[in-house]
Amino acid sequence: MKLEDLKICILRIEGTNCEDESFQAFKRLGANPEMVHLKQLTGQDVLETEKRDLMDFHILMIPGGFSSGDYVRAGAIWAARMKSKLSAPLTEFVREGRAVLGVCNGFQVLVEMGFLPGLNGIMSSVPDAVLATNESSRFECRPTLLKYENNYTSIFTQKLKSGQILLIPSAHAEGKLLFPPEKAEKIYQQLEDNDQIVFKYVDPDGEYAGYPWNPNGSPHNIAGICNPAGNVLGMMPHPERVFHRFTHPDWTRGFGTDIGDGRVIFESVLEHVCKKF
Amino acid sequence: MFIADIRIKLKKGVADPEGKNTMKALELLGFYEVVAVDTSKFFSVKLDTQDESEARTQVEKMCQNLLANPVINEYSYDIRTVEGA
Repeated sequence: MKLEDLKICILRIEGTNCEDESFQAFKRLGANPEMVHLKQLTGQDVLETEKRDLMDFHILMIPGGFSSGDYVRAGAIWAARMKSKLSAPLTEFVREGRAVLGVCNGFQVLVEMGFLPGLNGIMSSVPDAVLATNESSRFECRPTLLKYENNYTSIFTQKLKSGQILLIPSAHAEGKLLFPPEKAEKIYQQLEDNDQIVFKYVDPDGEYAGYPWNPNGSPHNIAGICNPAGNVLGMMPHPERVFHRFTHPDWTRGFGTDIGDGRVIFESVLEHVCKKF
Repeated sequence: MFIADIRIKLKKGVADPEGKNTMKALELLGFYEVVAVDTSKFFSVKLDTQDESEARTQVEKMCQNLLANPVINEYSYDIRTVEGA
């Protein structure tokens, strides 16, 4: 499939606030993104002409923000609304190997929906994980360094070099990835074995480090995970915010390029999906 | 009609940064007797049904499907009768 024919659904509801950068990231690479409100997919309270079918898209992106005011738990309301109306098409979407990217609040939604970590089938009926309140109990907003830990299971990182470190900003208050305490270590091992851990927080020397390099206290420094098939990725830091080099904090020191560290994630998934469909 | 008073707590052993932070602030304000602060969420849900066991089933489902995340939360509730709308 040609790049310009690739359709990307940038999903939004009330409180989403990263849809513009996400849209532009795909647009600038020559793909065909569309901002779609959840109501357009569920078909509720919209005109006939505004209705959209999820299966017409190849990539679904759930962008960051504070959907529904982060009420109950971050991402819980959005997840509940999707689960109530879109469980079947979403499961089909993932089963077919189409791509789903959740960033920040989007990651929280994917976890609350049961798509990640995805150890018990495509979608679990209750969440198997949670993005809990940061260890600092604060909103942590700053550039973070991510080490690419995956062995190319994730379709979003095919163009990265093994062990490569990316500077991608974090901005969240609930980013500590937890599993049920009684089986947490077993699940971490399973994630390792399935090659589902995609990014870990590191310090400038590339070593796993605590706060502030790990902004939320996530055990094992996990910043992003994918499902076992690799077509669903959830990550707390925002790749769409560093699409250009000039949005890096040290941009004045120049590197003779306009390529930001986040761009490779969008390039990777577009290339993969182009080949697949 | 029934009102369900639902409390969502963190499971034992799950870190409670909000509680810890609140405790620190209370100490700064001079409340030196404070030895622990645990935070929880409280929802008061009104249900239009005459059947208490039905109300109970509904509340149980609400907790499982939305109000609590079983990974870190545990929930409890009391159900009481109220008059009228």
